Amino acid sequence: MSEMVLLGDEAVAMGAIHAGLTAAYAYPGTPSTEIMEFLIRYAQKNKKPLAQWCANEKTAYEDALGVSFTGKRALVSMKHVGLNVAADPFMNSAIVNIHGGLVVVVADDPGMHSSQNEQDSRYFADFARIVCLEPTNQQQAYEMTKEAFDISERYHIPVMIRLVTRLAHSRAVVHVDDVQRQENPLQKVPNPNSWILLPSNAKKQWHELLEIQKELLRYSQESPHNTLELNADFTDYGVVTTGLGLNYYLENLPELKHRPSHLHISAYPIPVEKLRTLAKQVKKLIILEEGYPFVERFIRGILPLPIEIQGKLSGHVPVEGELTPDNIRPALGLKKRERKGVVHFNLPNRPPQLCPGCPHADTFASLKKAMAEFQKTMVTSDIGCYTLGALPPYNAIESTVNMGASVGMAKGAADAGFYPVVAVIGDSTFLHSGVTPLMDAVAHNTNMTLIILDNETVGMTGGQPTVLPDSRLKNVVLGLGVEPAHVHVVTTHRKYIDQNAQIILDEVKYNGLSVIIAVRECVETAKRHKKEQKKA
Amino acid sequence: MKYDMIICGVGGQGVLSVAAIIASAAMKEGLNVKQSEVHGMSQRGGAVYANLRLSDAPIYSDLIADGTASMILSMEPLESLRYLHYLKEDGFLITSENPEKNIPDYPDLDELLTRIRSLPNALTIDARKLALEAGSGRATNMVLAGAASHFLPIKAQSMEDFIKEIFARKGEKIVDINLKAFALGRKVGEQLLK
Repeated sequence: MSEMVLLGDEAVAMGAIHAGLTAAYAYPGTPSTEIMEFLIRYAQKNKKPLAQWCANEKTAYEDALGVSFTGKRALVSMKHVGLNVAADPFMNSAIVNIHGGLVVVVADDPGMHSSQNEQDSRYFADFARIVCLEPTNQQQAYEMTKEAFDISERYHIPVMIRLVTRLAHSRAVVHVDDVQRQENPLQKVPNPNSWILLPSNAKKQWHELLEIQKELLRYSQESPHNTLELNADFTDYGVVTTGLGLNYYLENLPELKHRPSHLHISAYPIPVEKLRTLAKQVKKLIILEEGYPFVERFIRGILPLPIEIQGKLSGHVPVEGELTPDNIRPALGLKKRERKGVVHFNLPNRPPQLCPGCPHADTFASLKKAMAEFQKTMVTSDIGCYTLGALPPYNAIESTVNMGASVGMAKGAADAGFYPVVAVIGDSTFLHSGVTPLMDAVAHNTNMTLIILDNETVGMTGGQPTVLPDSRLKNVVLGLGVEPAHVHVVTTHRKYIDQNAQIILDEVKYNGLSVIIAVRECVETAKRHKKEQKKA
Repeated sequence: MKYDMIICGVGGQGVLSVAAIIASAAMKEGLNVKQSEVHGMSQRGGAVYANLRLSDAPIYSDLIADGTASMILSMEPLESLRYLHYLKEDGFLITSENPEKNIPDYPDLDELLTRIRSLPNALTIDARKLALEAGSGRATNMVLAGAASHFLPIKAQSMEDFIKEIFARKGEKIVDINLKAFALGRKVGEQLLK
């Protein structure tokens, strides 16, 4: 055993390496990004494993599936909303006979620190009928990831590791193995029928997946991750925790007069018998869950119960946002901790903002200038640093929904008869999910203008490289069939604000599809590249 | 022994470097450590903070509970008040006096500093001036780390060792500047000991 100081994300990466990982794939997304960043750094030093950023979460997942097909172990990591993008391969990978261990790590963001929703990935694991492991600390993140590969190979299913922001981005000492498991031999699936999901095969596979549910339940029932401690002397209430709810409960436990019976759930499917055993002992259940009231809804069902349940649905625990050591106290009958003598001072918020000198700011200036010519305008946008263009002083964009939505939404608005419509999307987001909706716009020569904000990097997540060199963006756009006369590559800069505004205006006035690629490197990555050049 | 602290500031001010130095030094001295950070969106010029928890017993939560922090160490005066609800009644607040005015409604600085100084156990430092004296304005965060060092359950020497380690790849000059900034901050921090 040796000690390492690791983020929760990094502990997952280290666990995968020690489990004999062959290849890992991901698309950057807070709070999951550091998993792949760690693997890439590790691979640079050690030549292994293969660790790659991909175009999006779906392609990443499919790459990982291919690795599994050959018998090798694969990891695919993403943020929670990334799993929506990868939902198709994810759901169907549960139907095939997973061969080499396949682990999908999903980092949820309760509290929406850096996301547009707080969806709980445990629903997805349940939807796909697979095992989900939910670590509560960095050590478990390491151990569970190792174990997840074994479970995957034992039951021939993908296994999900569910992280949340506060674990993904918190550091602690992790005790790690000194030896690393060997990689699996390259030996493809013995019977490919289990991977050819023609209805006749798929029916058989689905039947098998349903058949092994009993075994999965037995696994979670016996798993040491689902700990049940009974206290027969105190029956007023029992506590169920999931995820980080455990940590906050343990922080408060010394203040409770009695030690209640307690079940912690870290391995799913929900260990039904353990829950029943707990419920039999107590008059009331208090449920502390990080995320949606997932376990709570299962227990409640819709029929009256012989036992009282207090949790998110009863209003005893906040149903929005993340749990904290403080907001679970009322549910445990503890008083709010208060600090006396706090000085009240009117604190203005300090929202994130575009960096000084950011190329997006100059493009927004050009865009605003061009749009000032019209009385009513519509500007759709997307996910990235440029989403901050919604805030003052820019107030330049009007929508941010999901990766790539700016393009399709602009088309829809133009289809509905709105004019002028402009879509604004970053270079990496365009490659992630903007190309296919642009294909739709080309097919119908939609009257809209797309501006690709090309800062030559994935900015918001810390400056990862885009999947293709940005110099190829123009060819991608031309290759789709956008009229060459209406494709412009411009340098965006303070000194070109007026001339770029004119180009935008001319293209908005053109009755058809036009694309303007506004290029200048992100100031942060430019700084880093300069430093690296100096060193070399 | 349990020591919880909030380290805060604005994205780019070196909050995470200070947290890393204290955390590494504490681990070296055999303490359990949890360090929760903010990544992603907020790092772009927004409010940034780290929860740092040190203890000789196991630590469960990555987050600090209200009213239980022993110290708020802030790179910026306005940010020092944002996390006040975490501070214990007898906790210390150490902040730089130098504002980061990247928002239009930044409050009046004199009024702000007066409010901070009215708190018990609060110390405001012209950290930028001391950092420049040490050789670079960028070492402001190390001045503040130095001022805080008197109150942490770890030796100043352990922190200095990690300052050397972290800045080693940037060259001897940068190491010296940061060590000097740390020493100047440590001297100012003595005021709070009285």
